[in-house]
Amino acid sequence: MSEDPHGMTRRQLLRHTAWFGAAVVLTVASGEVISHIHTPGAAAEPVVDDPNALRFVQVSDSHIGFTGPANTAVTDSFTRAVNQINSLPYQPDFVIHTGDLTHLSTPAQFDQVRQMMGTMRAGGHFTVPGEHDSVDDAGQKYRAAFGKGSVGDGWYSFDLKGVHFIALVNTLSLEKLGHLGTDQIEFVRKDVAGLSADTPIVVFSHIPLFAMYPQWGWGTDDAAQVLNLLRRFASVTCLNGHVHQLFTKTEGNVTFHSATTTAYPLPRPGTAPAPAPVTLPAGQLADALGIREVGYRQGSHSLAVKDVKLA
Amino acid sequence: MKKLVVAQRLSAVLAAGLALTACGSGTPATAPSTVDMSAMPGMSMAAPPAGAPVAADTVSIKDFAFAPAQVRVKVGTTVTWTNGDTEPHTVTSNGNGPLKSPTMNTGETYKYTFTVPGRFEYLCTIHPFMTAAVEVTA
Repeated sequence: MSEDPHGMTRRQLLRHTAWFGAAVVLTVASGEVISHIHTPGAAAEPVVDDPNALRFVQVSDSHIGFTGPANTAVTDSFTRAVNQINSLPYQPDFVIHTGDLTHLSTPAQFDQVRQMMGTMRAGGHFTVPGEHDSVDDAGQKYRAAFGKGSVGDGWYSFDLKGVHFIALVNTLSLEKLGHLGTDQIEFVRKDVAGLSADTPIVVFSHIPLFAMYPQWGWGTDDAAQVLNLLRRFASVTCLNGHVHQLFTKTEGNVTFHSATTTAYPLPRPGTAPAPAPVTLPAGQLADALGIREVGYRQGSHSLAVKDVKLA
Repeated sequence: MKKLVVAQRLSAVLAAGLALTACGSGTPATAPSTVDMSAMPGMSMAAPPAGAPVAADTVSIKDFAFAPAQVRVKVGTTVTWTNGDTEPHTVTSNGNGPLKSPTMNTGETYKYTFTVPGRFEYLCTIHPFMTAAVEVTA
């Protein structure tokens, strides 16, 4: 193995580069915060001009029904996300909402989110539940509103333009951390059994599948069992919500991307006594909210991820 | 819309600098370097709630924690939980236990009368890192 002058092995260098190179690169232009996450081999842009490319949008943590001072108009914020999606210069193949659609799992809140997502101009609409979507019924109302086509407690998978997508539920059977459970792990085992190792895999979940900050429950206790099943694949991308802030991490063949929210920010890990909603100074809230565009061109190694603040 | 995209070859130092700036101005968290991964505990089973059980029949919910986190009561005691946070919480047994509060908004209470001895662990389903227990003695 070749070593660079600083004594770093090529593998270490790659990992180092992944850490910073894949980090969200943030810049401010025209008042807009834009982050591009580039990994080696990824398309430079989310391939907006290529109709054969896969293009989808991730939104997360809309918390419809939240009324606290951190955002007194979460429905307006989510409406802006809808309008932003509908203003894209392309129609996304689908929109994925990675959970906490509602704040308190009431039928009215589910109905409102369902209707609002229905106005998003996209080829399809997908969701995974957050713990706020199963406050008092282990997800029954969530599944009644959004569970069509799912199996088990709401998980499912699908293929699109050469990419295999797996949508997981890790917000039921909680104790401290997110939990998948043996049924769901078995589902993944069978689901990926027939796939060739060069199939790009994208995994959606609400709670991170990596240990972002276990003290606040920002991790999934049995995620390693699923990640082990995905170890043979060349490219695995895990997209989650829950933490209301951007964060990117690469571990071997897997890249994790935590998304921000359309509702209100949470503190950075460990910087507050609890992950309670953060009320920002007037005028700064929009900078913390956003949507994520993801693109993939067949033959590329990994996905291009672009986080855009709410317009 | 004008967009200035910083190339991925941006040096680590500059990226970290930008991240710090972002942090200071309240913009979204973006820098992986701000989390000390080495300080994270493993993903093993969660530890039981800290502290020895306290003889008390009221539990306050404040700052995303049950206090006291462990209480001890005699059979027949009614325990009252009061949510003092601005965020909603629940009092929900692990597994098939008896505690099953509705969503408790600010100032709302939940009461449960324990009729059998035992240890009853519970959590908030909305913030499941909030764990606690009631020990019921004969």
